[in-house]
Amino acid sequence: MRLLVAVIVLVLLALGSLLIGVSNVSWHSLFSPSPDEQALQVLVISRIPRMLAVMLVGTSLGVAGLILQMLVRNRFVEPATAGSAESASLGLMAATVLAPQLPVLGKMLVAAVFALAGTALFLLILRRIPLRSVLIVPLVGLVLGSVFDSITTFYAYRMDLLQSVNAWKTGDFSNVLRGRYELLWVTLGLTCCAYVAADRFTVAGMGEAFTTNLGMHYSRIMALGLLIVSLVTAMVVVTVGMVPFLGLLVPNLVSLFTGDNARRAIPWVAVGGAGFVLLCDILGRVVRFPYEIPGATIAGVVGSVLFLYLLLRRDARVG
Amino acid sequence: MSAERVAVARRPERTLFILGCVTIGCALLFLLVNAGGQWDFVLPFRGRKLATALLVGYAIAVSTVLFQTVSGNRVLTPAILGFDNLYVLIQTCLLYFLGSGKAASLDPRLLFGVEILIMVAFSAVLYWGLFGGGGRSLHLVLLTGVVLGVLFRSLASFLQRLIDPNEFIFLQDRFFASFNNPDQELLLVSFLLTLGVSIVGFRMLRTFDVLVLGREMSINLGVDHQRTAAIILVLVAILVSVSSALVGPVTFFGLLVSNLAHALVRTYRHALVLPAAALVAGVCLVAGQFILEQVFAFNTNPRVIIEFVGGLVFISMLMRKAPV
Amino acid sequence: MIEARNVTKRYGDALVVDDVTLRLPVGGITSIIGPNGAGKSTLLSMVSRVMPMSSGTVLVDGLDVRTTPGEVLARRLAILRQDNHLTSRLTVRELVTFGRYPHSKGRPTVQDREHVERAIHHMGLDALAERFLDELSGGQRQRAFVAMVLCQDTDYVLLDEPLNGLDLKHSVAMMKQLRTAADTLNKSIVMVLHDLNFASCYSDHLIAMRDGKVAFQGRPEEIMRPDVLRAVYDLDISIQRIDGDWIATHYR
Repeated sequence: MRLLVAVIVLVLLALGSLLIGVSNVSWHSLFSPSPDEQALQVLVISRIPRMLAVMLVGTSLGVAGLILQMLVRNRFVEPATAGSAESASLGLMAATVLAPQLPVLGKMLVAAVFALAGTALFLLILRRIPLRSVLIVPLVGLVLGSVFDSITTFYAYRMDLLQSVNAWKTGDFSNVLRGRYELLWVTLGLTCCAYVAADRFTVAGMGEAFTTNLGMHYSRIMALGLLIVSLVTAMVVVTVGMVPFLGLLVPNLVSLFTGDNARRAIPWVAVGGAGFVLLCDILGRVVRFPYEIPGATIAGVVGSVLFLYLLLRRDARVG
Repeated sequence: MSAERVAVARRPERTLFILGCVTIGCALLFLLVNAGGQWDFVLPFRGRKLATALLVGYAIAVSTVLFQTVSGNRVLTPAILGFDNLYVLIQTCLLYFLGSGKAASLDPRLLFGVEILIMVAFSAVLYWGLFGGGGRSLHLVLLTGVVLGVLFRSLASFLQRLIDPNEFIFLQDRFFASFNNPDQELLLVSFLLTLGVSIVGFRMLRTFDVLVLGREMSINLGVDHQRTAAIILVLVAILVSVSSALVGPVTFFGLLVSNLAHALVRTYRHALVLPAAALVAGVCLVAGQFILEQVFAFNTNPRVIIEFVGGLVFISMLMRKAPV
Repeated sequence: MIEARNVTKRYGDALVVDDVTLRLPVGGITSIIGPNGAGKSTLLSMVSRVMPMSSGTVLVDGLDVRTTPGEVLARRLAILRQDNHLTSRLTVRELVTFGRYPHSKGRPTVQDREHVERAIHHMGLDALAERFLDELSGGQRQRAFVAMVLCQDTDYVLLDEPLNGLDLKHSVAMMKQLRTAADTLNKSIVMVLHDLNFASCYSDHLIAMRDGKVAFQGRPEEIMRPDVLRAVYDLDISIQRIDGDWIATHYR
């Protein structure tokens, strides 16, 4: 039960993360006969929500990446390289400008609709590109993302919203407090949903003809997958901001040793994703204590290095 | 037959002439419209801006066309491969390791020189590794470059976070240029550097033409391909430094400009393609800046519009035909 | 004369060309034959300095290809490899004019222009001279590239599978044009060929390679023998004499 060991390590890491921060919180102060009131407050209002948010984001983005990779049949995509994250930001921006009084849930829904449309557009463009190579796919996603991005920035610049847009783009957990992250619990539901439908995604990953041959509705599986990916992305963007490379790295690393069966891979991706973001967040809090570096920035550095390793190693195997 | 050939041959020159006229027209519009009579102030002020726009356009256009020639591909540009972000990273590293106080007291031109040296060395090592190995697929090079760009950007923002936040805001304006805030102090140095690059490049124009045939054909025709490619990479690194130092990184502008230029003059000859690309870039930047100031009243960022149009062009290029 | 001494190419542990020492005859057509992976194209690429060798020396008229300036060699030896795709749109005449680059450095003189017209005419491209390469069929494009290396006016012309992608008619036309080039322009043409019978009918000299080594060489009648070909291809090949040519039948 290697998975069990991984979960235990993850839990220990999570508990450890509770102790890091400017104000002093230690197990001793919490469990002594006269617990430190202030430490307890910090724990309940800030530290525990933060830890949960980090793990929820890691889990759901990792699984969303895995599903997207199966739908597109390409290892090198994730919500941030398929236009999903950027179109979600665009939607959030539109909601903020056009209907500022909309509650967070409403904004999230608008962002999700945009993410859905953006990802669908990505798939549509891919279909129209002749001679699809493995590596051209993420490239198209990146460029499409930067087109969405420029629309967002264009309006953000005029509306003086650049700061918020930056916040949506770089996942930062330092603002997570009780009452401001609970939306993320929905992503857990979506992740479970993905697990239930895991076999269908595995089949869809083998192609349309293959799926139809097995008597399944390819387009329905695609729609379900797109829905999960867009909702997860939108929720993450709205609550903490995007974490790059996560959805790319974790599924790739996991598939190195579990293979591509989604049923087997999803639990590992969930645990691995949570661990990766947790590590990045902890690093961001420790490196320049007492200042914080956003987890997304750390994930960008660590993630791109690891991704380059995967890319070039893969090349070594092929040629 | 020969009359027809002359007509075909004359067309690119005519296109160049028209482009030149349009550029001058845009420049005059930019300088003179809505000046409100305050010539003493407006002319030097706008003149510096105009010079910056033209210089940056030239640097981006020439670096992109040359880079595409040496890599034998119309989809690659130095910016897409992360050259621009590398410059920003080097700049941030210098700030970080020198300490901001010391960096601020140094002559910006000296700093610029050091940055360019590091840039040349680094990009040579990095991209030589990518192209020198041969046999690597183009898409792999592309994707690796894009990810390297992300890495450079993330590292830069990581280091920027390590610098004291308050200090950083102060430094940002001084060291990281943007379209609306071009660095005027470096204008003369940049101009001289670009001039030097142009002189070296001018003597090699016909060699560049041969590179269009690809590596093996060039070797067959007696061109020292390795040496020529190395020279081009150095020239490109300098030009990218110039444009990044003046206005910051611009991802898709070069792609836009070089493809427009190739479509307009339709020849392999660099003596025609390079000026065409530079003029197209100049027109885009000057006209863009003019519209921005007079129509949008500064209320937007030109880089955003460039990224938007450039991204669409890139995708449509991929959709039309797979890159070679 | 082109002379290879102990030429070796290895990729990691794999020896692609294994210590080949060879003199390519002057004049006429020499064809290199052999099974896939025998190292034919690699040898040709190293001889023409397009690919660096792991060890060994190649001398062209006594000049070491590794140390002699590229432009000097480009006036003695021309190479055409397979798969020449271009990013720029060039007309046939523009492409062929590039063949004069080693002589005129991009500023063609009147004599250069004459060379260009002669090469275009020789390859039967007169009607296509102003057409863009990407508008031509594969065979026409191949002829344009051959015209370019002929226009380079070198003593030695090296071609890697010049018949690749050509149909029967164009293959015959290409071989006849190369034969005339060798006979009337006194060129030494060396090429890698896959089709044994084209090699046999048009060559003065055959070189058979196997496993990175030169297995046999000689006149066509010395190589086109069942025992020799069996050793090269691991295949029973019977040889017929038809109209003075040695024809291999290896289809059953």
